[in-house]
Amino acid sequence: MTNDRPWLPYALILPSVAFLALLFVVPLVQTVWLALSENGAPSLANIRTMAGDINFARSVQNTFLLALAVIPVQIAIALAMGTLVSKIGAGRETILWIWTIPLGISDLAAGMVWLAILQNTGYLNSLLFGLGLIERQTAWLTYQTPVALFIGIAIAEIWRGTAIVMVIIVAGLNQVPKEFREAAEVFGAGPWTRFWRITLPLIRPALQSALILRTVLAFEVFAVVYALGGRNFPVLVGEAYAWQNQNQNYGVAAAYAVLIMVISLAATLVYLKIVKVDPERLP
Amino acid sequence: MSTAMKTAGFSSSRRLLLWSGIVALCAWVIVPIYLVAIGALGGRTGVYQWPKTGLPTGLSIEPFLLFLKTEGVVQSFLNSLGAAGITVTLSILLGAPAGYALARYTFPGKDGYRLLVLLTRAFPLAILALPLTVSFIRLGLYDTIVGVGLIHTVLALPFAALVTQGIFLGVPRELEEAAWVFGCTRIQAFFKVVVPLALPGIVATAVFAFVISWNEVFAASVLTVRNRTLTAYLLTVLSESPMHYRFAGGLLLILPSVIFIFAVRRYLFAIWGISSK
Repeated sequence: MTNDRPWLPYALILPSVAFLALLFVVPLVQTVWLALSENGAPSLANIRTMAGDINFARSVQNTFLLALAVIPVQIAIALAMGTLVSKIGAGRETILWIWTIPLGISDLAAGMVWLAILQNTGYLNSLLFGLGLIERQTAWLTYQTPVALFIGIAIAEIWRGTAIVMVIIVAGLNQVPKEFREAAEVFGAGPWTRFWRITLPLIRPALQSALILRTVLAFEVFAVVYALGGRNFPVLVGEAYAWQNQNQNYGVAAAYAVLIMVISLAATLVYLKIVKVDPERLP
Repeated sequence: MSTAMKTAGFSSSRRLLLWSGIVALCAWVIVPIYLVAIGALGGRTGVYQWPKTGLPTGLSIEPFLLFLKTEGVVQSFLNSLGAAGITVTLSILLGAPAGYALARYTFPGKDGYRLLVLLTRAFPLAILALPLTVSFIRLGLYDTIVGVGLIHTVLALPFAALVTQGIFLGVPRELEEAAWVFGCTRIQAFFKVVVPLALPGIVATAVFAFVISWNEVFAASVLTVRNRTLTAYLLTVLSESPMHYRFAGGLLLILPSVIFIFAVRRYLFAIWGISSK
């Protein structure tokens, strides 16, 4: 675009820069200092306390496994939803509305929803009992059933978090001109080829946004875990929460925060490199 | 003839497959909400009924009303609405111009700004609330809805900038340039050409901002004592609440969002429909 007014982009970003400087950069620096200091002097004591904590390794492992289990499923379901809904005419709006409902559901509420299903006298046990698969009420959400608890939390996260990905991907799919796919069809490309060679490359910006958004959120998972399993399933933010509120140790909590930031930042940079967006090739 | 019939059979079985997939995904979304609603309306006896049928029997609005009458519930609900309103307004007003600048201009410092935006989003808001507590007390923002709205905007603003950038990238710049050629000023071209095309995405961004604030638990609990948002209130009372109160709390968190998304659905999907033709 011709740019005869070089100050214009700066005027457009200035309000948000000022806002973020005051309410993000300042507290961020304070937090990093909090993590890497002790009594006003630089120190790695908080990092050592964090790494030596009994729940540290488990919380790192749990958080990574949860992200790895949840994100690919969410992207796949969202792409499936986008593809299915593009093939129908009547009823399309209603179906999209139903699929976007979890978009507004809090992670705390999602935890409570799946608690209703997975608790001892809940619907899962009732169903399994009705099918004759279990003989008495079974507990799924205790520290003695880590695999079941993991699956329960993952399902609740997938249930809640897919709608955000779906909205971004459907918005991206809607911007792909039909002519592209029709042209590919005329030249004999099957549905599978059209999806991989035409649709997927064209929705890269949407895919990139969705991946960054979901991955960062996945490493901040907390309330759904707390509602379903309490501290039976330690995750990174949950540990930071416990160090702040129960142990009143803001330094170690800040150390967890810095760790989560480093992981999220690394993931974001990887997505920016892998899923390249070339503005010249967009439709 | 037989080929035509074969094709028809093939396409109808494909339609059956298509619709079973759609119905299954709809059920996957709706059934859990239906079940928690039964839990919220079934009261204490409903929770311990075994085995459950999943049928809406023994329901009454009484347990839910009893929950609403619990001290602090209604006020925290209104507080959540207020904080979300502030978040939506601020994040769109500050984020959309930035998204437009990122999509349309190349300028020194652009990568730095993108990094700032991504960095913001890569950091857990929860921890930022802690050092902010002290400054908020000094400024008189501690334990206020404005304070919660401000920190929720820190979380929503990067989304708003990133998502609107994607949206503006999708609006062909040639259309905008054509409007200039036909005598529109930049501002006219923006509001007459770009905004109508970008509107569904901007509404989607506003939905995100609302949802981010509505969902947020930790910063709200750290920054408030008496003026709690609904999530902060529910988190504080979670461990000592009976099961049917938890389900009622879950339902109360869910209801406004369902209504909210229902209200904007035409706005969202009308233009999605046009753009997919």
